[in-house]
Amino acid sequence: MDQVFFSHALVYLAAAVLVVPFAKRLGMGSVLGYLIAGIIIGPYLLGFVGAEGEDIMHVAEFGVVMMLFLVGLELEPSRLWRLRSSILGLGGLQVLGTSLLLAIPGVLLGLSWNVALAIGMILSMSSTAIVLQTLGEKGLMHSSAGQNSFSVLLFQDLAIIPILAVLPLLSFHGGGQEMEVPGETGLIDHLPGWAQTLAVFGAVVAVIFIGTTLVRPLLRYVAGTRLRELFTAAALLLVVGITALMYSVGLSPALGTFLGGVVLANSEYRHELESDIEPFKGLLLGLFFIAVGASVNFGLILENPFLVLSLVASIMVLKTIVLYALARLFRMGTDQGLVFAVSLSQVGEFAFVLLSFARQQRILDENLTAMLMAIVALTMALTPLMILLNEKLIIPRVGTEELAEQIEPDRIDEKNPVIIAGFGRYGNIVGRFLKANGIGTTVLEIDSDRVELLRKLGLKVYYGDATREELLKSAGAEAAQLIVIALDSPEKCLELVETVKKHYPHLHVLVRAQDRSDAYEFMDAGVLYVYRETFDSSLRMGVDALKILGRRSYQAHQAMNIFRRHDNKALKHLATLRGDRKQYINHAREKIMELEKFIEADLQDRALDHDAGWDVESLKEEFRAS
Amino acid sequence: MAKVLILFAHPRYENSLVQQHLSTVAQKVSGVTFHDLYEFYPDFDVQIKYEQDLLIGHDIIILQHPFYWYSCPPLLKQWIDLVLEHGWAYGRAGKALAGKIMMNAVSTGGSQAAYQPDGFNRFTIGQFLAPFDQTARLCNMAYYPPFVVHGTHRAATRDIENAGESYRLLLEGIVAGKFSDEAIRNVTYLNELIN
Repeated sequence: MDQVFFSHALVYLAAAVLVVPFAKRLGMGSVLGYLIAGIIIGPYLLGFVGAEGEDIMHVAEFGVVMMLFLVGLELEPSRLWRLRSSILGLGGLQVLGTSLLLAIPGVLLGLSWNVALAIGMILSMSSTAIVLQTLGEKGLMHSSAGQNSFSVLLFQDLAIIPILAVLPLLSFHGGGQEMEVPGETGLIDHLPGWAQTLAVFGAVVAVIFIGTTLVRPLLRYVAGTRLRELFTAAALLLVVGITALMYSVGLSPALGTFLGGVVLANSEYRHELESDIEPFKGLLLGLFFIAVGASVNFGLILENPFLVLSLVASIMVLKTIVLYALARLFRMGTDQGLVFAVSLSQVGEFAFVLLSFARQQRILDENLTAMLMAIVALTMALTPLMILLNEKLIIPRVGTEELAEQIEPDRIDEKNPVIIAGFGRYGNIVGRFLKANGIGTTVLEIDSDRVELLRKLGLKVYYGDATREELLKSAGAEAAQLIVIALDSPEKCLELVETVKKHYPHLHVLVRAQDRSDAYEFMDAGVLYVYRETFDSSLRMGVDALKILGRRSYQAHQAMNIFRRHDNKALKHLATLRGDRKQYINHAREKIMELEKFIEADLQDRALDHDAGWDVESLKEEFRAS
Repeated sequence: MAKVLILFAHPRYENSLVQQHLSTVAQKVSGVTFHDLYEFYPDFDVQIKYEQDLLIGHDIIILQHPFYWYSCPPLLKQWIDLVLEHGWAYGRAGKALAGKIMMNAVSTGGSQAAYQPDGFNRFTIGQFLAPFDQTARLCNMAYYPPFVVHGTHRAATRDIENAGESYRLLLEGIVAGKFSDEAIRNVTYLNELIN
């Protein structure tokens, strides 16, 4: 490796390490942080990096591919099937509508129709990397805005293939270049059309087939060696392999790895794969964003500042309008619609790929391409800012009214003893139970669509981010006795715990934990009432299993009580043993090691052999002896 | 100073004015540990070691409960079943409770006259409590006559207050060791020691 490599690595890593934490602390999110880091080291500010920015972007695009693999791992096929109408409907209409609407002004500005249409299609793409990362950080992935954004992005990934096919047809220069895929040259270019189609389908089928049949035995074999790095290598091999296969047939590698992820979503190695790929993905994505930041051509922008900025603004506004109209068409509420529309309003990383392809096809000339590249980079850089503006300025004015504005001064009926933060699948059961027992509850919920629905059902539910102190205050936190915390993301729950502890120390805090590691976090934060959400249900299932196997009800039930007590004790004990290692040890590994400890403790605790008072063996012995 | 442990069992505490008052009074007497079993073990999951340690730390065990079907509420029976283990409370090696004292403090809807051989319930409270008496004996404990509040079905506020006052005086007397063994042996109800 040459010295240049190291000096570049030094610059990129240092920029990330120095700038991103700072941006994060200012509440900007990591994406904006990486972009700013890129701009700072880019040719127009410090000039540490220059022309190679584009090469690095190609490498870093692999981060996007990995992200899609991880997204696929999280998504079981059944869920994908449930999303089909929003993927096809919402996503399809978005690509179609945006392409046409962006093409029309192009024609009006004097571009020929084919160029305008090509530009429209290219600019209709949004940035999977930015949107998923940002929504994920904000805990919005499970809201309807998050779900629908995901559907649209997925459709766009699919749409790359037909767009790559259509672009050459828009080229009047034609010639020997049609159907050439950017990047690596495909292995199948020399094949006739029907064979190429066959190869494409073959590749997709191969991914599904290999994923379902061969990968698991392979992973089991590799895991059997107990060499940690080998499993990481296998995970990378999987992703790289799919990518190579997809490139060779001219499909989007992101799409291929996504498919691979979905196929493996049900496998026992899901978490292990996730934790192995995750750091690579994070770093590469960061690199990608830095590269985007560094590639913003400020020279070009400074030559025509007005033209560039007005184009950027009109593109983003137009995309937002189309997206918002579709959001309303698909029955999303005002807030969720706005979040959805603004989040997707940038032009995405695929545009870089498509632009260079269109350039090769000589649809676009060099100046136009460079200009568009700058515009795309600018829209991406502006997105985190737009989301922030939308959140702080627009939604508070036009969105679902928050509690603060709902309470009229003389209304005191919100002095409920219980506040429930998060009314999803967990919180709603707690709420219903309390209501059935005549306890007044004030419900805070961040998914505005859910809020509207619940309000229609006659429930008192208030929209807003429960981690905000003002909202807690207007929800009557001062007069309440306890707060039930059941937000979707553990991070948000923890944030709320801290807020409550700081401002309302009198409140009893009852918090839902998704698993043991969550439970530890809450215990560390000093929460006394921590509930692992699946624990009781699993035990009840265990009881039924014992009963089916012939154990009498009461014995099975009693065994559950004892096991629960024992497990809670073990949990508290292990919580004290954790120390600082939690930051470093691999998550999945840690969980497995911990499970071992729990099982060991199960075997050692003699209390599990229970209720000796009813066991007359010792009494019988004594009688026999006398 | 004797240490008194009250094992209190009442599944419908909310609805019982008499037992509420008795419990409130008892909790204020120093030297008395008040242990509310239904509050501790709503699912009957009695923790044996904890209960045994509690017993070891006290001299006089009072079972305070309403008189249900001529006996105690089910959780108290569960407690007896599980806590008084063979080899610990009884049997050749079971001497953990030796020398301690056990008694019942009960409330009944019927009057004392109803608990007579010629009365409505045909047996006396003392006869109905025979299982507890023998349980104490088996566990090497002495058994005292019961403290009884009769006629809770139609008790007026004043009656309840009087019963509470008697209970307080009795508990204070027991803690202070004021009553002689002989005096105790000669009464039917411990209520008679007060007055």
